[in-house]
Amino acid sequence: MPDATEEFQRRQALKEEAKAEGSLHDIPLQREVAAAADVPGAQLPPGVDRELADAAGAGIVIASQRELAWRRFKKHKAAMVSGVVLIIIIIGSLAAPLLTSYTFSETDVTSPLQGPSMKHYFGTDTLGRDAFTRVLYGGRISLLVGFAVAIIATVIGATIGAIAGYYGGWLDNLLMRVTDLFLSVPFLVVLILGSLLLGPGVLDTVIILSLFFWMYDARIVRGIYLSMKEKEFVEAARASGASNRRIIFREMLPNAMGPIIVASTLAVAAAILTESVLSFLGYGIQPPTPTWGNLLDDARNLAVSAPWLILFPGIAILITVLCVNYIGDGLRDAFDPQGQGKSL
Amino acid sequence: MTAQAARDVGVTGAMLLELDSLNVRFPTEDGVVRAVGGVSLAVREGETLGVVGESGSGKSVTFLTVLGLVTKAQADISGTIDFRGQDLLQQPEDELRSIRGNDIAMIFQDPLTALNPVLRVGDQIAEVFLAHQKMSKAEAMAQSVELLDLVGIPKPKERSRQYPHEFSGGMRQRAMIAMALALKPALLIADEPTTALDVTVQAQILELIDRMKDEFGMSVVLITHDLGVVAEHCDSIAVMYAGKVIEYGDRDDIYYRSEHPYTWGLLNSIPRLGEGADRLEPIRGLPPSLINLPPGCSFHPRCPYRFEPCDKEIPALLPSDGHHASACHLPLEEKQRIFSERVVATG
Repeated sequence: MPDATEEFQRRQALKEEAKAEGSLHDIPLQREVAAAADVPGAQLPPGVDRELADAAGAGIVIASQRELAWRRFKKHKAAMVSGVVLIIIIIGSLAAPLLTSYTFSETDVTSPLQGPSMKHYFGTDTLGRDAFTRVLYGGRISLLVGFAVAIIATVIGATIGAIAGYYGGWLDNLLMRVTDLFLSVPFLVVLILGSLLLGPGVLDTVIILSLFFWMYDARIVRGIYLSMKEKEFVEAARASGASNRRIIFREMLPNAMGPIIVASTLAVAAAILTESVLSFLGYGIQPPTPTWGNLLDDARNLAVSAPWLILFPGIAILITVLCVNYIGDGLRDAFDPQGQGKSL
Repeated sequence: MTAQAARDVGVTGAMLLELDSLNVRFPTEDGVVRAVGGVSLAVREGETLGVVGESGSGKSVTFLTVLGLVTKAQADISGTIDFRGQDLLQQPEDELRSIRGNDIAMIFQDPLTALNPVLRVGDQIAEVFLAHQKMSKAEAMAQSVELLDLVGIPKPKERSRQYPHEFSGGMRQRAMIAMALALKPALLIADEPTTALDVTVQAQILELIDRMKDEFGMSVVLITHDLGVVAEHCDSIAVMYAGKVIEYGDRDDIYYRSEHPYTWGLLNSIPRLGEGADRLEPIRGLPPSLINLPPGCSFHPRCPYRFEPCDKEIPALLPSDGHHASACHLPLEEKQRIFSERVVATG
């Protein structure tokens, strides 16, 4: 009796809607609900308890792509551990003032170059500044630069890649040649020149790095769009009168989010590393503002006499980059259910 | 056939869409693909036109061109597509975009691939409103729930928050129909809407399209390769072969008085209950390559009734009476004789 069942479901739906919604529809619906309530047991498939039927009908399982990805991500142990560690590092550097009684620029000439102790967990530098405090505060800048660069580069790269892949033809050619150009420039040289031109501030560093991190996203996204634009749902969107912009950003972009998130996660790690290289070479963010990179730069002549000064910022970079990469790995597996092997 | 002849076919009502000698040619590396070769058709208001033909007969390309989804950048297009008095082929892209969805909507063969896999069904329907009208997101969502209810999806509110993969095949096609109907178009183009569905669901979907047609006062173009499907749901029928309309008439013309050997072949390949035949009679051979069409009538290599002029002259689509036309060299009396003797009469 498919008809009876369908009718039953329809009335149940009405009933629930009446329960869920306010007064506007109440009057006509009440009548329908009353009618539904009056329906004799014959409306129900035989042997089905009304309460049970209610409960079963309400239990429509909603499992979105995102939830499925999260489920798979949770299975990736290294990524989960990395996630926790990274969160601790982020919270640690944000909560720096609560974790230490020193400030990052406060000098104490009476106790320079002290080894790690209960007073100074990571020791002190040549000016007697607390190294633990400086690593915490340095994390703020390094992480900020890493995430900001990744976000900006992803936005630029995804937009360029999407436009190139979607439109194809000469526009694709032009944009991809520009991308190639950026990829073939010896970028450390340009970064150094750029920082000399723009200056050594945090914002300048973010801008310069972003300019050289979008190409990978652009290529990945272009590839995705090239294959996706042939799909029927894109044609269906066009058939319903959606503009190109709407199709590119509203219809197609959500489908490309997985690979984009993976790529930008990896860009965070790369940006943190590049920032520290730049700072280590003395062209990045300048002291006294600490970053993990310029902490290494400060300590490079003391590697033998005060190894803790190079060890702790180095470990901070190592752990952070490792964590971010593992998270990227976990995300890749999470968004790619077909991918068989673990890419390690 | 001229537009005038096309006009004479089918039910009465104001003319909505009129194709006149539409040609669509795709230049490829292997040669020019003549996907549509001089198609003239007409759809009146409130009418359902069935367009029947096998894969590659040009039926989909014809209507993708109507929607402007095959563009002049991709293909050589000539002829006219008159929709409510304006030639769609001359319209700028912006104008076409506002016609798509607003005035002409389309539903596709496989609703699973035609729905966006990562957007909630309700959001996808809401997108149509947002693309065409100034409307808040909440309003658009409320409208899409209403539409889902209208096309017979139970618990539309919950369902609108689900993703296409959580829908059954029939429900997906219902959702596609809801999407197409969002802006109350004047013309719905259904491109093999039931091919990907179970037989039982097919009937429901076709009935739904019929019901919506009446409710919205739309015209429908039903593209299919199954003559059995169009029988119950179409007012007039165009049979296409190798990019041309080879027979055109109202439903009874095609089913009871067909005048083209290809249509006879199609009719004979429909299984029927209560008929004595043990085997269905297939049409022998394969459809021709659209790059290298045979000379004369495109169907002649497969036609059991071919004679003298068939491989030399292309038969014109000529009316045999007011609303029935066919493109075949056989004399009319001969066609009528063969039809009554060789083609299994319907019903």
